[in-house]
Amino acid sequence: MSIRVGGAADAPAFPKAAPALLDDAQLRKNVRHATDVITQKRARVVEEQRDWQQLRTSASAIKAHTMRYLDEYLLQFETACTEAGGQVHWAADADEANQIIVGLVQKYGGREVIKVKTMTSDEIGLNKGLEMNGIRPHETDLADMIIQLGRDEPSHIVVPALHKNRQQVREIFMQAMGLKELGDRPEDLTAAARQYLREKFLTIKIGISGANFLIAETGGVCVVESEGNGRMCLTLPDVLITVAGIEKVIPAFRDLEVFLQLLPRSATGERMNPYNSLWTGVQPDEGPKHFHVVLLDNGRTRILADEEGRQTLHCIRCGACLNACPVYRQTGGHAYGSIYAGPVGAILTPQLFNMQHAESLPYASSLCGACYEVCPVKINIPEVLIHLRGRLVREQQSEASLEAISMKAVARIFSSRRSFEAAQRLGRLGQWPFVRDGWITRLPGMLGNWTAVRDLQPLPKQTFRSWWRKREKEKRNA
Amino acid sequence: MLDAMNTARAEILDRIRKVNAGAGAQERGIAYQGIERGYQQAAEVSGTVLAELFADRLREYDAQVYETTGADVRDAIAKALAGHGQKSAVVAVALPEHWIPAGLSWRTEVDASTDAMSRAAGAIASCEVAIAHTGTIVVRGSRRLTLLPDRLLCVVREEQIVETVPEAFARLQPFAKDALTFISGPSATADIEMTRIRGVHGPRFLDVVLVRG
Repeated sequence: MSIRVGGAADAPAFPKAAPALLDDAQLRKNVRHATDVITQKRARVVEEQRDWQQLRTSASAIKAHTMRYLDEYLLQFETACTEAGGQVHWAADADEANQIIVGLVQKYGGREVIKVKTMTSDEIGLNKGLEMNGIRPHETDLADMIIQLGRDEPSHIVVPALHKNRQQVREIFMQAMGLKELGDRPEDLTAAARQYLREKFLTIKIGISGANFLIAETGGVCVVESEGNGRMCLTLPDVLITVAGIEKVIPAFRDLEVFLQLLPRSATGERMNPYNSLWTGVQPDEGPKHFHVVLLDNGRTRILADEEGRQTLHCIRCGACLNACPVYRQTGGHAYGSIYAGPVGAILTPQLFNMQHAESLPYASSLCGACYEVCPVKINIPEVLIHLRGRLVREQQSEASLEAISMKAVARIFSSRRSFEAAQRLGRLGQWPFVRDGWITRLPGMLGNWTAVRDLQPLPKQTFRSWWRKREKEKRNA
Repeated sequence: MLDAMNTARAEILDRIRKVNAGAGAQERGIAYQGIERGYQQAAEVSGTVLAELFADRLREYDAQVYETTGADVRDAIAKALAGHGQKSAVVAVALPEHWIPAGLSWRTEVDASTDAMSRAAGAIASCEVAIAHTGTIVVRGSRRLTLLPDRLLCVVREEQIVETVPEAFARLQPFAKDALTFISGPSATADIEMTRIRGVHGPRFLDVVLVRG
């Protein structure tokens, strides 16, 4: 088994990657602006939706139910899709998925493919896999194009290029499209993309997409988008290959009535995004003549096996938790070293890797809970973060590590009042060399990791407990 | 290759079954029925209020709305096209011919190649259902027609408008396996500095002729 999540296995740990990004003033400005705008738009359309909490509850219940019967719903989807003229493939990991897709493109004789934004294809490193086999992939989502043409990495699930501003995009486009002149208004840049891609949409015979939802009842697929590039790739080519994680299946057509209300409001702050495409297998009059779906595991069944972690699979990739997260808003997505950034990335990436990589991510959070509050399918991200921290400590730390020994000592001290108060007295005596102007800014040894990024207030001269005792005593005496 | 795939299929299903041991097919149907659905399903408004809500939501997406009555659909279409100075169009197969303005040069979507459609001045389509709450028009089929030309005009009859998304799905259930496109305003992007730009790859202009009564 070779589980892959883009290049995340080789990415530097979050605490190593973050400082450099925090020093990039332009990047921080771009990220702050984008997340502010989406957060405000989202708040407006969520507030007006009076049954928002009921929708969240239903979405959560539908997802939990689907996970409970996942094998049956996948088989139902396979049968229905096949009956409608589609072909279903199964891939245990990223390599298998790439092999299947490259094999299909070669079978149909394609040298180029057009792609709709799909995080799953980034997860399996599909573009690299295609290029290695002499097949040229064209990203067609505007932001994905900016990333691909600029040889960059996505930094957000929904708006992958939010870390670039208009001048930066202009430079990338002029160079990649060989343009001598181009304005830097978003209108100019969008028009350049429209012109550049229209001919590709009309001539390239193979399209590759992801899926927002696979419908078990009908064997249908739903793709949600804004620009129309998705519809181009889903409608015009002769061959369509859709790659989707196994957790994307939902039981019935009508379940979309829940998710299509939650997803656009959470993702882009719109009542509804401009286009949703639904199709089932091969339609006789219009659309691709050949349709393939690749169902991807790549670590998902292992997440399913973890009772507390499995709710991670409910994610519908709206990105609301990224925009709400005080850590993401400071660092942007690249610090996470994974195409899945932000709070949900911090729980999804390490779990896909079975905690063998990206193990610093569960700590890249202040556990403030903003992510849980905005999650449209009610994933309790803070709970999973704590669960994963616990798993890491249990699985990766030896009994004899300095941290384990200190934690045991602390546990002993905290378990009795007498030893706790003795430790406080000792601390008050021992802290004086470190106190400067009423703050502790640097501690020695391992404790220095704490003070490297935050200042501490010294222990007070009097604790609440001793104050209380003194007060009681004075009352008695009076 | 085929072997590897069958192995993957068996492996994945096997791993899921191990985790979900005891989850039976019979129980599944009952469990699905038991899913709590406390969200709004039925409409709370109707008639003029509903039609106006739909028109308002459309305008918020920068769509042009032309309200008319059954007898004057053709005139409303002519007026909308004149607004763009549009003299030709590709039209949906299902569009009633008596709606097509006199003097308009037109052909149906089945007679137009993809290239021709990409160059066409505009398209005229009808819809299956429309959702007031979200300002959405749902079109069955006509996938190229409602995508390639730069202008899309869609005729929506009042009885096709529902208030809520769940009502729309109930109406669409008989067509669940057809190609359905949900259209909410012109194609758009906010990928560059979160500035909403109208018209990326799909139509830049969306006109709606709303037939009252």
